[in-house]
Amino acid sequence: MFLAGMVAVLVAMVLALARAFLGPGLYDRILAINMVGTKTVLFIAVGGFLFGRPAFLDIGLFYALVNFVATVAVLRLTHYRELGVLPREEPW
Amino acid sequence: MVSAGVVLDLVSAGLLVAGGLFAVSGGLGLLRLPDFYTRVHAVGLTDSAGAGLILLGLLLQAPDWATAVRLVLILLFLLLTGPTATQALAQAARRDGVKIWLDGEPER
Repeated sequence: MFLAGMVAVLVAMVLALARAFLGPGLYDRILAINMVGTKTVLFIAVGGFLFGRPAFLDIGLFYALVNFVATVAVLRLTHYRELGVLPREEPW
Repeated sequence: MVSAGVVLDLVSAGLLVAGGLFAVSGGLGLLRLPDFYTRVHAVGLTDSAGAGLILLGLLLQAPDWATAVRLVLILLFLLLTGPTATQALAQAARRDGVKIWLDGEPER
C-alpha cells in the first residue's frame, strides 16, 4: 500500500521532470520544478512510513519550506533580475 | 465482525491510492495540456488534493503523537504554500505577457 503510493508519486515526478526538460517557456519549467518539490515531500513522507522510520518527516517538513522559498526567490529573480530589490510603485 | 484495525487499514489504503491517482493525473495534465495557464490549472489543483489525500492516509497509520503532529504540520504548510506559489507563478507569467492559448492554435 505504501509502495503503491510511492510508485504513483514517482511516476508523477517523472512526468513533471519531462515537462521541466521539454517546457517551452521559463514558467513551465518553474511550475514543473515546483511540482517535483511537492512530490518529493510526499515521497519522503511515504518512504519514511514504508521503511518504518517516521523521523523522515522532519526532512520532509524542511524540504517543503525550502521548496516554497526557492520558488518565490526564482520568481523574484525573473522579475527584478536580482534578489534584494525593494518593490517599485507598480502593484504586483 | 471486522476489527477496527482492518477498517483503518482499508480507509488508509483508499486514501493513499486516491492521492496517488491525483498525483499521476496532475503529472499527465502537466505533460499533455496545451499551454502554461492550462498546466497551472492542472497542477495547482491536483498538487493540493494529492498531498492532502496522501498525508491523511498516512495520518491514519501514525504510530505515535509526534509523527501525527509532524504530518499535520506538513499538511498545513503544503495547503498554505501550494496555492500561494501557484498564484504567484500565474501572476508572474501574466505580468510577463505569456499569451493565452485559444482553441485551434498549435500547442506550445
